[in-house]
This record gives sequence, structure tokens and C-alpha cells, in this order.
Amino acid sequence: MNLLDILLIIPAAGFLLTLLLPKDNPALVRNFTLFVSLIAFVLSLGLIGPVQSNPGHMTFETNTQWIEYPSIRYHVGLDGLSLWLVILSTFLTPIVILVSWKYIQNRVKEFYAFLLALLFGVLGVFVALDLFLFFVFWEISLVPMYFLVGIWGHDKRIYAAVKFFLYTMAGSALMLIAIIYLYNKSGTFDMPLMLDMMQKGRLALNGTEGFWLFLAFFFAFAIKVPLFPLHTWLPDAHGEAPTAGSVMLASVLLKLGTYGLVRICLPLFGEAARQNAAWIIGLAITGIIYGALVAMVQPNMKRLVAYSSVSHLGFVVLGVFTFTQVGLDGAVYQMLNHGISTGALFILVGMLYERRHSLEIADYGGVGTSAPWLSTMFVITTLASVGLPLLNNFVGEFLVLQGAAQVNFLYAVFAAIGVILSSVYMLWMVQRTFYGETPSEVKHHVNDLSAREWAVLVPLIVMMVWMGIGSQSFLPAVSAQNAQILELMKKPAAKEVANAR
Amino acid sequence: MNFLDLIWLIPIIPLIGAAAMLLFGRKLSKSAISIICPGAVGASFALSIGAVMQLASLPEKAHQVILYPWLPLLKADMGYLLDPLSSVMILVVTGIGFLIHVYATGYMAHEHGPRHGGFYRFFGYLNLFVFFMLTLVLANNYALLFVGWEGVGLCSYLLIGFYFHKKSAGDAGKKAFIVNRIGDAGFILGMFFLFQLTGSLKFTEVNEVLRSARFGPEAGVFGLLSLTALLLFIGATGKSAQIPLYTWLPDAMEGPTPVSALIHAATMVTAGVYMCARSNALFSLTPETSHIVAAVGAATAIFAASIGLVQNDIKRVLAYSTVSQLGFMFVAVGVGAYWVAVFHLYTHAFFKALLFLGSGSVIHAMSGEQDMRKMGGLKDKIPVTFRTMFIGSLAIAGIPGLAGFFSKDEILWQAYSNPVLGSKILWAVGLCTAAMTAFYMWRLMFMTFYGEGRMDEHTKHHIHESPKSMTVPLMVLAGGSVCAGWIGMPKVFGENGFMQALEHWLAPVFESGKEVAHAAAGHAAEAAHHDTTTEWVLMGLSIGAALAGILLARHVYLRLKESERPSGGVLYPVLYNKWYVDELYDFLFVNGLSLGGGGLMAKFDREVVDGGVNGTAWMTRLISRISMWYDTWIVDGAVNLGAFSVRAMSYPVRFFQTGFIQSYALVFLAGVLAIFGYYWWVH
Repeated sequence: MNLLDILLIIPAAGFLLTLLLPKDNPALVRNFTLFVSLIAFVLSLGLIGPVQSNPGHMTFETNTQWIEYPSIRYHVGLDGLSLWLVILSTFLTPIVILVSWKYIQNRVKEFYAFLLALLFGVLGVFVALDLFLFFVFWEISLVPMYFLVGIWGHDKRIYAAVKFFLYTMAGSALMLIAIIYLYNKSGTFDMPLMLDMMQKGRLALNGTEGFWLFLAFFFAFAIKVPLFPLHTWLPDAHGEAPTAGSVMLASVLLKLGTYGLVRICLPLFGEAARQNAAWIIGLAITGIIYGALVAMVQPNMKRLVAYSSVSHLGFVVLGVFTFTQVGLDGAVYQMLNHGISTGALFILVGMLYERRHSLEIADYGGVGTSAPWLSTMFVITTLASVGLPLLNNFVGEFLVLQGAAQVNFLYAVFAAIGVILSSVYMLWMVQRTFYGETPSEVKHHVNDLSAREWAVLVPLIVMMVWMGIGSQSFLPAVSAQNAQILELMKKPAAKEVANAR
Repeated sequence: MNFLDLIWLIPIIPLIGAAAMLLFGRKLSKSAISIICPGAVGASFALSIGAVMQLASLPEKAHQVILYPWLPLLKADMGYLLDPLSSVMILVVTGIGFLIHVYATGYMAHEHGPRHGGFYRFFGYLNLFVFFMLTLVLANNYALLFVGWEGVGLCSYLLIGFYFHKKSAGDAGKKAFIVNRIGDAGFILGMFFLFQLTGSLKFTEVNEVLRSARFGPEAGVFGLLSLTALLLFIGATGKSAQIPLYTWLPDAMEGPTPVSALIHAATMVTAGVYMCARSNALFSLTPETSHIVAAVGAATAIFAASIGLVQNDIKRVLAYSTVSQLGFMFVAVGVGAYWVAVFHLYTHAFFKALLFLGSGSVIHAMSGEQDMRKMGGLKDKIPVTFRTMFIGSLAIAGIPGLAGFFSKDEILWQAYSNPVLGSKILWAVGLCTAAMTAFYMWRLMFMTFYGEGRMDEHTKHHIHESPKSMTVPLMVLAGGSVCAGWIGMPKVFGENGFMQALEHWLAPVFESGKEVAHAAAGHAAEAAHHDTTTEWVLMGLSIGAALAGILLARHVYLRLKESERPSGGVLYPVLYNKWYVDELYDFLFVNGLSLGGGGLMAKFDREVVDGGVNGTAWMTRLISRISMWYDTWIVDGAVNLGAFSVRAMSYPVRFFQTGFIQSYALVFLAGVLAIFGYYWWVH
């Protein structure tokens, strides 16, 4: 049992223990779950060193049998691709626990228990190497989010929760079929093994098989990303979820989709991915511009940020499907950036909501005067989100655009329009919320940040700056892994050439 | 001390100042802030002087310092390059920036109260701006230049919107940021092309590749190179307020006046000119794009000047004047006279900063009034401001001996003597613009300082000369506006190391660019006959234009009564409303493309895309209803029917199933007999 296994067990055990805690002592529940999540975070930091010193390889690998027949294995491991996503998840969990400290007042125990269950599920997805195990964790991560939205959400929460659940389920059903097909074909659920068999020519998918399998996985992931036009569950889920739910949804859950694209679709179905890249990039770019345009006219802050996510995630998909080192690195980096900056935006919007009990932009104005620090944090986060240099998003967007320009210059041109539009809707929101005069009918005074809120925001801001000026702390591990994936994608094509001879 | 290895400190010191202000400024006294922030810029200025002096003694005239790799995939480091071009820029930025900081301590002294967090926030932003501007000019690669490029845009946004409780200020800030971002998108794309073509973003490496034989006339990449240069130029039109992206600059006057001087006159807006000069190797290779640059520059120069003729807000006149002067600089870039562009940039920094700060002093004296129709007769009441602005106006009008004369005239001469087709038109447009410049500047002077005072009694009572902290910078800048041009005199005045000092200093940066130009175009600007007679005549013409402008302004605004002034007919409202370009842009892009498109898309999203999802759900429910019905009536019905029919069929059978063995035996027997009987009958 290595560090990674322990890290997986902690939230699961924390979840079970939380359920055993007395119901009438919310303070104990909060402190306990915060403690558990902090332990998970600290432990996860221990993963960095070994992974970075072993670039391009699986580290912390455990591979034991789970179910004998059909052969399903508990096969987990960590590499440069999953490392930062794991840490992003453990980093954000204590933060969202702190964010919910005051806001969640009913059914406190269940709420925090679900947050830990969610952490368990997403960590599992990021480290699973057995496709069936991957699928199990994928489904596990779905359930707590369903309840987080459905129980603690706003008015239309049931509709949003059901929509979210069913939409994702539709995708996972297809994925399950594809997984079973692959099992029948190869006799294993183990992904590294499958890749190995493919390299050695013992497992070959013909064009049609490759296409449909790719499509099944792609569809499941595209819903999660969400890629235009499969995105409409997102504004509803975000708009209705409590702050913690929105943050985890945007920062971590959406990344399950993009992670799946990079982890599964590219290496396993490289040929099909290549053949379908053009229309996928088309959808990604459409999403970038479309998401931004729709965000511009949203009167509701959370929905605005949700549509901005559609736009930002379009960048990630664009980067992935350029199949260039720069583009892929940028895409992975952008996943992390989006996790930090959009997470922070949702937290800040949540803070405004706790103060004035409205998500409508029109109900605000002049907040900058009464809460200067809150406004400062919001402006910094906004600037990060619109891709200002020296802050995190810039690096990711820049690399993605560079990758896109390498493939087709027009891709970069259209994506760059999205960058322009992002500053339009974000600054407009900032102006209407923080500048100007406070509407006279407003009764609730907007207080500035409390100590707890400082503790929530400062780590996020620090990360925005660090990831903006010191991308070299993070990128090499990612690059090494991406290089491997691109290498894997090349192989089948090379083989075909060899066969043709 | 080796200043050359410390050049990275030049931007960092103001950054520390900014961080100190924004984190702890609230707790600092005004006098402490007034020492720290100008002090930080002053320290950078001192370091810059030290570094430039050491640079002068280097044989290769260039020095790089690389801190650490930033984006290794794009070969972009946190690296700094000091060469003649960046040395001029850092001296302008830190030197004039320092004076403006000092001035601001006086100008902003009334800014107080926790409500706007005024003083410390203002100086924090100002220092942050200097940091980004120095990063921009000291960067050794395009990516880091872009950091500064976006950063100055950000500071501009923050400072224009400094009085953020005013809606107009917030709007103007946002407009500046977004319009700049449009340009920035062009710049980013240009940068990608450049990387694609040359495999690097480092200035030295990019230039080396571009100057190598690979990019000779027969290399076949000209279309691509022209496009690259054009994209970079689009970036420059955003930052340097050229057609079509100039509209943000006049609105930027919502910011406090020192900001207008620092950002929107002396430094930030010249970033585009600097960037084009920095990319001279690229622009020299692409004559088509250079023509576009020159044409856009000339068009902007005369267009902005025409608007400036009729504006009544003192700062707006200066804003349009800035746009117009930047147009001059792009004419110089476009005709390949890069050093002249930098020359005009440098002289312009002095007199335009002076004019803006002077106008700030006027506004200060007028208790915040900016409308020149309500001024007049201020000559004797604020004499220092008047005298310094008088010098500045002479300098910008192009009166011989002052800074503006030399640089503007050199641009006109370079335009005229350029062998390219249309160069005479460029020159003619420039000459007209020069006359218009003299007119609107002196209109400003006459309306503000001469004649009768038109302000109300209350304001009149308050008029006072500004404090020393404001007037001393004015005087220093006035000195600069007189002398700054002397290091770039035309060769017809005589040739020696001092009179052409700037050209010689900058030569290493542009020389190789020139060589490329020779190779590419086959002939060079230099090759044009240096016809001294023509040069003298042209000089006389431009002096005449300047004097004519001044005298006409004097006639109209000093001699004629208000009722006697020519109305300008239909032209007046067109000019006064800035050719209605803002309205057009609002209609097309703001309300049309963005809000209209966004609204349409949102409707589409709600009704079509999400409608599809909800429709699917509805369909699913419908199908499930039908299934339910089917299940109840057909499937289950079938089952029930089966049961029913079995029951029904069993009915007669049941009749037989009595359970009596005897009856079964009887039936069995009867059956056997019947079968046997049947066989018997058949056979």
C-alpha cells in the first residue's frame, strides 16, 4: 500500500466516519471534514516529488485483483498528467469546506460527507488505470454532486440536478458499452495492458471499430466537458448549485471529461481521434465564441461564469485536438488554470450572494466602495480569467493558441476572438457589480472579507500568480507525459506504413 | 558597480513600490507615499542612467540578462535586453515618469478619504504602470514584451476608471481595455506567425533569422511575412491609438491628468511605435505592410487633427493631438525611417507631457473646469503654467529651434525623399496636419490664457498658481521641449557627433534592418538624392505652415468676437462629433455584434440547444408514456389476453376435467375406439 492508496482511502474513510458523527453537532462535522481534507491535501503534496523525478512514467502504481471473473483489477497509478489534477482536487476540497462554513446550515452532516465522497470519486477517476475501475469511480463522482445540487441548491434545484444526472448518465452508458466491447476484444479492462497489446500488434481495431469506440468515449467525455452543443446542463447545474457545488463542478468535475479525452481517447483511438479532429475543433471553437457571446447577456452572475466555462473549456478541447506538444501542454495547463480561476470566481460570487442574497448583476453596483478588498480579489480573479499575462490563464491560452496556429492559422484567429470577448463580458460584470453607486433600495450592507474568507482566497490568488510566472514548476511533468501520449498516437500510423510495405 | 547586470532591477523597483502601496498603502501617510513612489521611479531612472552609460562603452552596444526560463516551449525567458533602442525608451519612461510622479504628489494632494482610497491606490497603480512599461521596453523577447503590453493596458484601465463611482470613468476604462485587447489579439497572432517562421520569439534570434539569406526576396514567404507584420501592426494600432482602434484614447481623459500625461501621451501610447521599431527587420522586409503603416499613420494624423480643431475640452484637444502625433511616428515607421520615429517619440514625450501637465495645472486652478469656453485670461494669474505651456505649444507647432521642429521636420523630409510611390502625398498630408496642429494648439492657448475671463465669479476667486511640486516638473519639461531636439538635427545644419547623436546612437539597432531593406527593395531611402536645396525649401514650407496656423488661430480667437467667428458650416458638427465614429462603432460592434449577437445566441441556446435537450426529455417522457400505454394495453394486455384465452379455451376443457378416473377411462376408451375405427374405415 503506497501513498496514493492511502490518499484514496482517506476521503472514503472520512465519508464513512462523518456519517457516524452526531447529527446535532455541526461544528464537529465541519472541523472533522476540514481536518480530513487537509490531511488529504498535505499527503497529496508528497506525490509531487516522486512523479516529477520520474517523468513520463507511472509512479505509485498498485495492481491487484479486485474481481476474478470478469477480470477487474484495482490498478491505479499516477503520472504527470494526473498528478496536478489530483492535487487540484485535494487543494480545493478544504477550500470549499471553508466556503460552506456559514452558508450551509441544514443537513450539515450529509453535506460535508458528500463533499468527501465527491473527493473520493474524482481522485479515483484521475488515478484509475483499469477501465472498469475508471467507470466505477466516474459513476461514484456523479452521485454526491447530484445530491449537492438537489438538496442544497436554489429554487430550480431538482430540475437542474436531474438534468445533470441524466445527461451524464446518457454519456456513461455509451462509455460502458465501449468498455465492454473493448473487454470482449482484448480480454482485459487494463488500459496500459491494452496499449501494450496495441503496440505489439496483438490488439488491433479496424477503422469502423475505432471510430465507434472513439465516438462512444468521446460523447461521454464531451458531455462532461461540456463541449458545445452538449453544454446546457451546465448553466442550470451551476446556477442552482450551492457555492461549494459550483466550485467542485467547475474546477474538478468538468476536468474529468477533458482528462478522459487525453487519457483514453488519444492513446487508445489515436487514428480515429486524428480523423475526427476537424469537426471536434470546429465544435470547440464554436463553443469558445458562442459561450462568450451568451455569457455577455446573462443577467445572473453564476450563469455568466458558467457560460464562460463553456468558452474556456473550448480552449482545452482545441488544445487537445491539435495533437501538438504545445497545444496539449497548454490544454492540460488550462485545465488547472480554469480550476483555480473559475473556482475562485464562483467562490467570490458566492460571497456576494451571502451578503446580498442575489445573483442578479442588476442588484449590485458600488460594491467596490463598501468592500474594497473583496472587489480587489474579484478584479484580480477576473484578470486571471481573461488571460492577463503574469497570471495563470495566460500561459495556458497562449500555448493552446500557439498549438492551434501550428495546425491551422484560422483556428488561432477564431480562438483569439474568444479571448477578446472574454474581457468584454468579465469587465462588464465587474463594472456593473463593483463600480458606480450602490443602488439606493439596497438594504444589506456589503461587508468586506472576513478572516475565513481571506484564508479561502489567498491560496487561490497565490496559485494564480505562481502559475502565471512560474509555469516551469508545473509544466515539465505534464510535458513529459504528453510527449508519451503523442508518441503512442504516432505508432499505429507508423505500423500501417510498415504493413503497407 | 556593474549596472548592466542589474537592468532587471529597473522594472522591479517600481513593482516593489506598487506592491507596498496596494498592500500597506492604507496605513501610510501621504508624505510617506509622496517619497516612496516617486522615489522608486527616481531610483530606476538613476539605475537606467548608470546602465546606459556603461552600455555606451560596450563595443557590441547590447547586453542581455536572463533571470529564468518562463515558457521554454516558445523560447521565451524572463530576460532583459538593453540596447540603444531600449536605452532611449527606459530613459524616457523613467525620466519623464519621475517628473510626472512628482507632479502627481501635488495634483492629487486633495485626494483623500477612505471612500475612494484615493492617494495610495493612485500611486500604487502609477508605479505598477511604470513596472509594466519598463518590462515592455526592456524585454528581450516578444512574449515578455507582450506581458508589459497587456500590463500597461491593465494599468490604463485601472487609472482611467480611477474615479470608478462615475459611470463615464468606468465606461471609458472598459472601452480602453477592450479596444486594446482587439489589437492585442492581432499582436498575439502575429507573434505566433513569427515563431512559426523563425522558430524563436527572442528579438536577437528573430532578427538574425530574418536578416539571413533565407528571407531574401526569392525566399517565397513574402505573403506570410507581410501578414505577420500586418498583424503586429494591428496590435500597434490598438496600443498607439491609430485608425481604426483610436477611439479609446480621447475617452481615456476621464483619468486624472497626470495619468493622461504619463500613460496617454508620453509612454504607453508610444509602445506600438517602439514595437514596430523593434521589429524593424521584419517591417523592412515587407514593403506592402510598410506602405499600409505609413498610410494609416498619415490618415490618422490628419483625421485626428481635424477633430482636434473644434473640441472645447482642453484635455480632449490634447488627446486628439496625441493621436495625430502618433500618426506622424507611424509615417516614419512606414517609410523605413525608424530612428526618426523614435526621435519624434522622444521629443513628443517632453512637450506632450508638458502640455498635459500644464492643462492639469490649468484645471487645478479652475477648480476642475475643463471647458475652454469657460476659461480665458489666465495668462497673468498662473504665469508659470502659462510660460511653460507657451513653450510646449511652440514646440509642438514646429517653431524652429524647439524639439518638435526637428523631429517633425525630419519625418516630413523622410516622407518626401522616400522613393516609394505616394511619398509626396504622405508629405503633403503631413504638412497640412502640421498647419492644423499649430492652429488647434494655439486656439487652445488663446482660448485659455488670453482675452477676457469667462469663468463664474466663484471660480475666478479661486484661481491660483499650482504648488512647487507641480510647477518645477513643468519647468524641467519646458527645458526638455526646447533642447531635446538638438541631438537630432538635420545634416544640412552641419554634421558632427553631437548634432546627429541620436541617429548614430540608434544606428546599430536599425542598420541591419536597413541592409535588408536595400536587399529587399533594391534601393533605399538613403539612396535618394540628398538634395539640400529641396530640403531647405521644404523646411521653409513647414515653418510657414506652422506660422500660418498660429496666426490664423490668433486672428479667429483673439481678434474676432465670438459672433464674428466663421461657423464652419456642415463640417463643424461632423468634426465636433468626431465624424460619428463612436456612434458607428457602438451601432456595429457594441449593440450589434456583441449585445445583439449575444442576445441572439442566448435565445438560440435557450430555445434550440437547450430546447433540444428538454425536447429529448419530453420525447423520452412521451415515449415512456406510450410505452406505458403499450405496456398496459398491448404487452400486459397480451399477457392478460393470453391468460384470458387460456381461460376461455380451458372452459370447455374444464368440463372434461372432472377428476373422476372412471370418466377419464371412459373417454380414453372412447378415444382409442374412435382411432381404431378411423383406421379400419380408411383401409
